[in-house]
Amino acid sequence: MIEISLLATLGIFGEAIDFIFSQQEAVTGGVQVGGIAQVLELTWTHFWLSVLALLVSVLIAVPVAAYLGHRGTGEFLAVAIGNAGRAIPELALIALLVAYVGVGTVNLLIVLVILGVPPILTNTFVGIRQVDRATVQAARGVGLTEGEIMRRVELPLAVPTIMSGVRTSMINIVATATIAPLAAVLTLGDFILSRNVYGDAGVLAGAILVALLALAFEGTLALIQRLLTPKGLRLADDS
Amino acid sequence: MRATNKPLRALLAAFAVMALALFAVACGDDDSDGATETTDAGASGQIESNPDNSGTSLTIGSKNFTEQIVLGEIFAQALEAAGYDVKTDLNLGSEQIALRSLKSGDVDGYPEYTSTALTSFFDLPAEEVPSDAQEAADQASSEFEGDDVVVFEPTPFVSANAVGLTRETAEELDVETISDLEGVSQDLTLFGSPECRQRVDCLVGLEENYGLEFAEFNPVDIGLRYEVLDKGQADLSILFTTDAQLAGEDSDYVILEDDQEVFPAGNVIFLASGQSVEEAGPDYQDTIELVQSGLTEEVMQELNARVDLDKEDPADVADDYLVETGYIQG
Repeated sequence: MIEISLLATLGIFGEAIDFIFSQQEAVTGGVQVGGIAQVLELTWTHFWLSVLALLVSVLIAVPVAAYLGHRGTGEFLAVAIGNAGRAIPELALIALLVAYVGVGTVNLLIVLVILGVPPILTNTFVGIRQVDRATVQAARGVGLTEGEIMRRVELPLAVPTIMSGVRTSMINIVATATIAPLAAVLTLGDFILSRNVYGDAGVLAGAILVALLALAFEGTLALIQRLLTPKGLRLADDS
Repeated sequence: MRATNKPLRALLAAFAVMALALFAVACGDDDSDGATETTDAGASGQIESNPDNSGTSLTIGSKNFTEQIVLGEIFAQALEAAGYDVKTDLNLGSEQIALRSLKSGDVDGYPEYTSTALTSFFDLPAEEVPSDAQEAADQASSEFEGDDVVVFEPTPFVSANAVGLTRETAEELDVETISDLEGVSQDLTLFGSPECRQRVDCLVGLEENYGLEFAEFNPVDIGLRYEVLDKGQADLSILFTTDAQLAGEDSDYVILEDDQEVFPAGNVIFLASGQSVEEAGPDYQDTIELVQSGLTEEVMQELNARVDLDKEDPADVADDYLVETGYIQG
């Protein structure tokens, strides 16, 4: 029994991989779907939409949280937004935004940024607060301005915490960008949403591709984190 | 030790409270699901309560959009009037989930469209779906034979996808059929479900059978099919012929006649599990086929409109339909 279902599982995986590499007739007939060309096209859209949303999220969340963290105020704001933001239903948000910006890239960017900001906001705030106060006092003592303390002391020391927020945010964004075809942008989600056209193999292929894309992002961000982490901190981590 | 345990215990208590609350909510849902309109047993309407049916329980399902939920309610309330113990599960999601629920026995029957059944369950190419309702139902019936699924008679009303637009745009372009779009379509933006793009019974058919080219095709959630027209983003949008918004002569939207028959028409067929048909006796099928006989396109649009536009409860709308048609007593 187990063997049979295991084979069946491998079977659909095989079909999914075949779907990624070679075109085949749609389940509904009449057109050729799948294959590397369509996969690349959808992956590319999925990629830039995610990168754009993540960049905007970082540009909004990091300065705000760094400032609040430095001042030591707004903890409630940073944490409450961080928690509430995760509970927003994206599909409802898309529908709500149609009245103001219609469907399309802008609509999706707003939705994905609202989803992407909270983890970065919370983690940056916490990361900055966790920097040893004695270090900050010392920096102030040697004559650094408040801005310099934020840029050259607090932010570098908080990099590991901030980046873990960025990575969480990235996973959320890449996974949620699958609903983009419901708002006029064709991402890998198309394979998953249009099961009637692509069949189970297409759905699974879409899921596999989204997972691979998330892994690629994860690897890149880990590399960026390593480059941004101050040498002293890196040594402390390695030991 | 004691001090460190305290917050943990508080946290556990909080979780317990949340779990209880969730549980209560879930239970509440179940209760309201089962609470279809209570009709007097032995009501003297057209549907006679048969004492033989009491004790036989039937669970009626439906997919999760307005037309399906209204149909589910109509069938459930009618069967209850016929004396059955009826439960409902009117939120089954897509047709694949609905069919799985039927086969696993979670529901004893649910309304499906002939075109959906043939194309989605049996991979029939859309252009091969018979345009005659009875023929399509018969074909579905023979396909279902090995699955222990019984197909009831089709409804009078037909539900199909259609190219729709605002009345204003239609008058401006002077179009009544899809063929009329020839020559103007290259400047028009069409919106439809994501899968429309690759389907021969949708965009592909419009391009190939009608030879039309559109400025752009944009995929969109079907729930937004009217919003994109209202917002002016879409010139054309894929609508359903039974949509509430199309009800009445003075509707703000019109649909174009599908003169080349790209969109397969689907009548509703009630799919019942073989086992439930055997256990429930003849009143099961008779009752459903009786109450659906009044469901023309106009009636279905009206019922959908009362739920979608007037925000009435589907159960009340179904009850009104059954009372007004005299199938049950008010």
